[in-house]
Amino acid sequence: MLLFDIAITHIAGRTRQTLVAVLGVAVGVGFSIGMAALMQGSQDDFIRQLIDTMPHVQIKDERRTPTRQPAEDAFATAAIYGLRPTEDPRGIINPYAAIAWLNAWTPGTLSAGLRIQGVIRYAGNEVGAAIIGIEPDMERKVSSIVEDFTEGSFDSLTEGGNNIVMGRRMAERLGAKLGDTVRAVSSSGGTRDFRIMGLFHTGSSARDEGEGYVLLKNAQILSQRPNAVNDIRIRLADPHAAPAVARQAEARLGYRAVAWQEANEGLLEALVVRNAIMYTVVAAIMLVAGFGIFNIVSTITHEKARDIAIMKSLGFTQGDMQWLFVMEGLAIGLAGSALGWVLGFALTYILSGIEFNLSAGGREMTQLPVAWSLLHYTLAAGFALLSSAVAGYLPARRAARLHPVDVIRGAT
Amino acid sequence: MTSPMTEAPLIEARKLTRILPETVPVTLVHDIDLAVGRNEFLAITGPSGSGKSSLLYLLGLLDRPTSGALLVNGQDTAAMDEADLAHTRLSMMGFVFQFHFLLPEFTARDNIAIPMRKLGRLSRRQIDQRAEELLGSLGLGDHIDKRPDQLSGGQRQRVAVARALANDPAILLADEPTGSLDSKSSEQVFDTLSALVHERGKTVAMVTHDLDMANRADRRVHLVDGRIVPLDGAG
Repeated sequence: MLLFDIAITHIAGRTRQTLVAVLGVAVGVGFSIGMAALMQGSQDDFIRQLIDTMPHVQIKDERRTPTRQPAEDAFATAAIYGLRPTEDPRGIINPYAAIAWLNAWTPGTLSAGLRIQGVIRYAGNEVGAAIIGIEPDMERKVSSIVEDFTEGSFDSLTEGGNNIVMGRRMAERLGAKLGDTVRAVSSSGGTRDFRIMGLFHTGSSARDEGEGYVLLKNAQILSQRPNAVNDIRIRLADPHAAPAVARQAEARLGYRAVAWQEANEGLLEALVVRNAIMYTVVAAIMLVAGFGIFNIVSTITHEKARDIAIMKSLGFTQGDMQWLFVMEGLAIGLAGSALGWVLGFALTYILSGIEFNLSAGGREMTQLPVAWSLLHYTLAAGFALLSSAVAGYLPARRAARLHPVDVIRGAT
Repeated sequence: MTSPMTEAPLIEARKLTRILPETVPVTLVHDIDLAVGRNEFLAITGPSGSGKSSLLYLLGLLDRPTSGALLVNGQDTAAMDEADLAHTRLSMMGFVFQFHFLLPEFTARDNIAIPMRKLGRLSRRQIDQRAEELLGSLGLGDHIDKRPDQLSGGQRQRVAVARALANDPAILLADEPTGSLDSKSSEQVFDTLSALVHERGKTVAMVTHDLDMANRADRRVHLVDGRIVPLDGAG
């Protein structure tokens, strides 16, 4: 407490310098918090959109590793080149048993469908498309597409018949409107006419330009694959449990089960790099603030050489002196952090209120997404205090080593 | 004059030598044998550069001897580490220098409270009370809450004496305490030190250039070129 009192008295005696150093830390902490809130907010928003728009686990009729070839069993050594996988028209074998098994333990909902590649034609125009056969009642439990309709509705699929709902951009490219009839051609050569009963706009151009939804049985007829299912999509109550669910499903069913994290591995890695850059910038800001603290503590120790000498002659130890000046650095860091928290909060609040429109409709961002997290405040203050402690420690170490006799002799 | 050496000395120097390890080594004090008794007023005199202050700093544990032994209260200080030396200074010794060296941002009371707070023997209330008593006893009762820049030179030096006495030390080490004062203030400070020895039973070791003052002490040792020399002819 005594050292604290002396430390406070020292820095309070230099109002202008102290204020500049405190403001330096405060600006550093405040902007770090604001920046972290924005970065984290945009990351959360991005991940939320990923989680909302895509299945958390997707099981396809593919194997993660190639099927073992008979030659490998027949011969001790066998080298195999140029294998081309054949498409199994049956899709996932015994899909309803798989669905029942998944339903029994999966903490979420699931939907089975048949995803085929084909072409959609209308009035001389044609667009390559993924034609997805679904059971509407199951699909609405796993997909957010139901909420993305700009014309018509997803419910029109439940009415039966040869109906299709497709991305609005796809319809635009075809020149078709709601109610028009388009022709779908599958890669196996099957054709079928569908009436457009709904147009959606998700904000993802890949989906808006390239996906169409039909009833499962229609997709099976179009692809000439009766009863086939090649795509099981699971939506979990806890999206972060997806890798574990995917591992368990793949181990049991043998088909490739991809969690949303694996499907977006590259993007998520980019976010990690982005965070690393952000924290590097935060550390750099704090380093600059640290120079301000170093400057003031260094000045104080220089000016206070006599006081250090006299305090050591009174019975203060080298450790006491070192701690005294580290405390002065920390006191500036603490004051700066407290002020920086207020500044950071205000900055985040202002950023969260900024509104803008990227384009109409869909799920586009209309406000800057910010994250309110105590971690940002703790980290920013932690960086600031660490920087303050180091900035105080360096001159403190030098001050503590002052020999009182040298100073007293010099003074007299 | 009292006979101060009837019991074991408070501080005893045996063949005390201090050499500064410069390119050309400088001998500050050489082979000093000196015992400072309890309740004694010792004056150390000598020309400039004779090693008076160096000897005082060695006796006050502010500096370490190059060779020889220094015993405080019968205990050899050679084995003490920095913390032990600091604690011994804090609890047993008080220092007064030519300049007051008061901490400029603190009031007279706070300056005196600092060594007491550091030692931690008294409560905050007792510390304030003792600081006020010490200032009152030195005629500074009206200046308790004044900072050093609001006091005269003599008053500052008396506050420094009060600070040196804060932890009720056994010995007060004074390095030319009147060196920067006018004659009236010098007398006040000398009288204060003298009273400490003769009325409060303290020990004072004082370096001074003032032979008149030195001769009024209980004992005087004279240094020339870092050695104690007989007083005959020393002035």
